[in-house]
Amino acid sequence: MADQGDDDRDVPVMQRILDNPFILLFIGILIPTMTYIIWGIMELISIPIAD
Amino acid sequence: MSSATASDFRTCPDTGLKFHRPAEALIKANAVAAVVFLLVGGVLGLLVGLTRWPEVHLLEADAFYQVLTAHGINVLIFWMIFFEMAVLQFCSSTLLGCRIATPRLGWASWGLMVIGALLNNYAVLWKGNSSVMMTSYVPIPADTWFYVGLILFAVGALINCFIFLATLVIAKSERTYEGSLPLVTFGALTAAIIAIFTIASGAVILIPTLLWNLGFVSHIDAGVYRLIWWAFGHSSQQINVAAHVAVWYAIAAIVFGAKPLSEKVSRFAFLMYIAVLQIASAHHLLVDPGLSSEWKIFNTSYAMYLAVMASMVHGLTVPGSIEAAQRAKGFNSGLFEWLRKAPWGNPVFSGMFLSLVGFGVLGGITGVVMGAEQINLIVHNTLYVPGHFHGTVVVGSTLAFMALTYWLVPILFRRELILPRLASWQPYLFGLGMTGVALFLMGAGTLGVPRRHWDILFSSAPGGGYEFSAAALTMMSLNGMSVVLACLGGAAFILIVVGSLLFGRKLDEEEKVGREMIATPPAEASYAGIGSGSITIPGTLVMVFVFFAAFALYYFINWKYLAETWGIS
Amino acid sequence: MTSLAPPSKKIWWKEPIEKGELIWIAVVVVWGIILTLMMPFWHIYGEQNLSSEAYKTTAEAFQAKTMAVVEEYTVRTEGPFNKPVVKPPAGADIYLIGRLWDWWPAYELEKGQSYRLHISSTDWQHGFSLQPANINVQVLPGYDMVMTVTPNRTGEHTIVCNEYCGIGHHNMLGTIHVVEGGASGE
Repeated sequence: MADQGDDDRDVPVMQRILDNPFILLFIGILIPTMTYIIWGIMELISIPIAD
Repeated sequence: MSSATASDFRTCPDTGLKFHRPAEALIKANAVAAVVFLLVGGVLGLLVGLTRWPEVHLLEADAFYQVLTAHGINVLIFWMIFFEMAVLQFCSSTLLGCRIATPRLGWASWGLMVIGALLNNYAVLWKGNSSVMMTSYVPIPADTWFYVGLILFAVGALINCFIFLATLVIAKSERTYEGSLPLVTFGALTAAIIAIFTIASGAVILIPTLLWNLGFVSHIDAGVYRLIWWAFGHSSQQINVAAHVAVWYAIAAIVFGAKPLSEKVSRFAFLMYIAVLQIASAHHLLVDPGLSSEWKIFNTSYAMYLAVMASMVHGLTVPGSIEAAQRAKGFNSGLFEWLRKAPWGNPVFSGMFLSLVGFGVLGGITGVVMGAEQINLIVHNTLYVPGHFHGTVVVGSTLAFMALTYWLVPILFRRELILPRLASWQPYLFGLGMTGVALFLMGAGTLGVPRRHWDILFSSAPGGGYEFSAAALTMMSLNGMSVVLACLGGAAFILIVVGSLLFGRKLDEEEKVGREMIATPPAEASYAGIGSGSITIPGTLVMVFVFFAAFALYYFINWKYLAETWGIS
Repeated sequence: MTSLAPPSKKIWWKEPIEKGELIWIAVVVVWGIILTLMMPFWHIYGEQNLSSEAYKTTAEAFQAKTMAVVEEYTVRTEGPFNKPVVKPPAGADIYLIGRLWDWWPAYELEKGQSYRLHISSTDWQHGFSLQPANINVQVLPGYDMVMTVTPNRTGEHTIVCNEYCGIGHHNMLGTIHVVEGGASGE
């Protein structure tokens, strides 16, 4: 593990993100859940009741 | 977990690919299930097309809605996702030369998916009380087995996505590859991530709906249902996009030995898919009550069209990588020698290239147009919508998957293709037919013709109905003819593939196919000095700028259409 | 080497990008910004922007409001089922019910005048599709959606249902007559 760690230090951050499936999975779940589902549901439940 | 032994692998004599035998069996099982559901869905699609053809009007109303429901689910969900499971397993286990994680669980999830798909079809086609369309919008009721089937299918597919991730982890820890994932595997990873979000959303909405159906939940809000259902329904088509782009890159490598123009650009484009492709589920909610314009604009635009940019980039880099490889091989004169001398008679290539062009022009442009918040007012729920997605899912994804299948039959199933001449025609036949379907449905939709409608002549309406223009009716007839053409192409595919699996010449494990199954990449040095001046891919650049001109023109034309209708505020 | 194998360079993030690719990336980024800006632009300068005004309602409440408008402003009936044709004053709140399998009531509106049109369903989901103006919105039970409409063309307009709503779906129709200001439309 130690020598691998030395190697990885040269790898740019963006490449490391792209090489990590679980960071990508996190991004791919978090963004749509926040901007589409949660934001959308908040808008739907805040619709006023007709008088 | 024990490591695999050498006898668990076979090395393909043509390609050098290392197949893990348990993975190979799973890939075959998923691919076969996919083709079976394509056949079922395709036959149903023919019935839909013949009923929409005003002069034919084949089915009665109840049968039409039943068949339309089953058509949508069988091809949009079952055919697509089964094939994508095969793609995930191939791109992880086979491309990385790694044992697949938990093959037994792989079989269990395959079993769940098959049972789920059968139960759903049982409810729709056999019991006949579930003609609720693919979307099953509450509060329209379907049979309990309808929901149970979809949920089982979704759970199976979700497990498969995690098996894919686990296989990536094994490959890394057992060091079956060095450095970063291959680009094609990275594309498959993109598809898997989108699939996880998609399928989880499906479960989140379908499980409460099942409980409502059983009487445990008293009410499901129609607006919330649509919001979450579309995170499943639309995103599932985004799995297809990511998967078929991965297949394009794969076929560029298989047929031409092409390498990515830039790993950075292609992977970053996939990252844009991962981040924002799913939020375009908002396309379906642009004329729904209660959602703000801020929410609509942010989500429908993929947060500033980042995913559209990504698709347009793939639209350059895939043909660009082919152009560079062809030029490196010596087809370097003029703008288009590389393209003229491409193997147009090889269905692996022609299917892929038609998919690329068709997806971009028919599906891509129209998707952006109808996804503009206000333009959606003149498009929503018209036939424009199915027209658009026959461009994306059929001309785009299905044709790409068909092309890959022609390559997989000898490599994976070890059978020689039968009817090679028919195979070389098949992508053109299917592509042309489906192009007609997409164009004529969109044409009719532009003229206001509704989707999911049995009789646009309103012949049984008590007080008379609306008279659609003669142009709209002509479009529907032309659509019917295109459906027939496309179905001939689809039937040819099924005939060739099923025929090859049953009767094709068997290839022994060590026996070569006898033609090049993965092209030798051009030497690095031969890439020097290709193209004209400092541009290595001038032909592709010309093509994408022509595409761009058409895109911009068509986009603004639709704003003009919108401006002609009533004021709405 | 090819896209089927890991990248040949261990660190590929710093590789230069080919010039043709760079040109295209610049084009698509600018285009993405234009596409994004078109929507707010149309909110400011365009005439067709669906409002997000909506209310939670019930079938009974929405029916009651519709009945009130029908009782007050009906000018005649039409069709085999004697559907009331309602002619409200300009600017009025008017109500349209989508239900299995009918749009109710019919309206007579004046060209160039604005009306606050409320739409809801009292049962399943429906699709309001006004032809030939080709205006399409989703109609949900439990939601009262409000859109201010300003007809710009006279003549009979048909409301088609373009969301599947069961076996009578294809015969679910409604009518909006648009007449010149001051005329009776007979």
